[in-house]
Amino acid sequence: MSDRLINWFRYASPQTFYPLTGKLIPWFWAFAAIFAVAGLTIGFLLAPTDAQQGEGYRIIFLHVPASWLSMFIYLVMAFWAATGLAFNTRLSGMMASALAPTGALFAFLSLWTGALWGKPMWGAWWVWDARLTSELILLFLYIGFIALQAAIDDPRRADKAGAILALVGVVNVPIIYFSVKWWNTLHQGASVSLTRAPSMAAMMLWGMVLCALACWMYSIAVALMRVRTIMLERERHTDWVRALLAEKE
Amino acid sequence: MLELIGAVIGRDLRLAMRRQADIVAAMFFFIIVVSLFPLGVGPEADQLRKLAPGVLWVAALLATMLSLPRMFADDHRDGTLEQLALAPQPLGLIVLGKVIAHWLVAGLPLCLLAPVLGIQFDLANDALAVLTLSLLIGTPALSGIGAIGAALTLGVRGGGVLLSLLVLPLYIPVLIFGAGAVDATVSGLGAQAHLSLLGALALGGVFFAPWPTAAALRIALE
Repeated sequence: MSDRLINWFRYASPQTFYPLTGKLIPWFWAFAAIFAVAGLTIGFLLAPTDAQQGEGYRIIFLHVPASWLSMFIYLVMAFWAATGLAFNTRLSGMMASALAPTGALFAFLSLWTGALWGKPMWGAWWVWDARLTSELILLFLYIGFIALQAAIDDPRRADKAGAILALVGVVNVPIIYFSVKWWNTLHQGASVSLTRAPSMAAMMLWGMVLCALACWMYSIAVALMRVRTIMLERERHTDWVRALLAEKE
Repeated sequence: MLELIGAVIGRDLRLAMRRQADIVAAMFFFIIVVSLFPLGVGPEADQLRKLAPGVLWVAALLATMLSLPRMFADDHRDGTLEQLALAPQPLGLIVLGKVIAHWLVAGLPLCLLAPVLGIQFDLANDALAVLTLSLLIGTPALSGIGAIGAALTLGVRGGGVLLSLLVLPLYIPVLIFGAGAVDATVSGLGAQAHLSLLGALALGGVFFAPWPTAAALRIALE
């Protein structure tokens, strides 16, 4: 029993986690590259041209994975935030702050690619559709989280304050989503809907899934790289970082 | 429990009354922001009627934001907050008292001013009534959610701007249902659904917000 517990928490310490990430990161990059090549090949070369949207629809191979990940990363961030508050582990807060910029990037990408797609399809860069609006608010939440952490000098306090904000945000996200949705349906009547054709060609679906996996692997790789830097920066006074740096020199 | 909340409310109100200029400044901010819109978009009554719910509600959000930093900052500066945190009573209840006091000082005057400003926008009587009612129901939620942001940014550099960055996205549901209630009345749909949801938000906000706020205060006091 006690052995299992020790194993479970073994990588909760930066000292053991740092070498582990060093070994894992190349793998995640490799998987990201493989999935990206496969997904983009299917997406750009093999998937059929959409009957209604022409070639322009192909932006969904980036757009949909970006939207998925922007939401998923927020959940993961909130999970680490909650873990950090509950168990008072240093690494959890570092993970949350390492994930935030990637999440913000995907939220921004999702809006950007959505705008590029919307202009030819709907004739507008931006509509106040429920999904667009809630994605925009998600971006605001990410930016608030990053800004709050950046404004607090003491990293422990920054972690905890950020964790509370992330958790309040995660409670609020469904409320915001539904409020935006109801607001939209109540007021704009028949506006443009984002729901796509129900029967998507299998090839398109595969391309999208592979691209989503590529984005997922990329997020893990980048977040781990960022958390490595954060670990070194925050633990710079410890022996293991000194030993590590001395080794490198 | 009620005594404690009452005592906190009484204390905060007394302090606010000794600094009436702060309250009045926030009210005039509200009035000025609302009055800027007809100057900016032109005085056509039809257009103003359409804009009124959104403008009044957004101005109410901004005016509430203005007074949020003071909710804990003064107590933090003179050490009262530490005493409150050390008190045997739960910090969450004390925060609840402060939230109610903040609403009485910052939210309630907005509700009373709003119908007068609504007349500037040529709103009909029933819309004015719903506007006031929606503000009465919705502004407590603003004070509650705002308390979380105020506690998180306590003593942080650039606190004021940061506070709006944190809190305004969380205010969006209140804005949507608040302005939506007035919109629905203007377009003849009835405001019942919006007001019910607004009431749910306000109850949820005021009930749950003191808990994360208390946690954030303890972090700020560490």
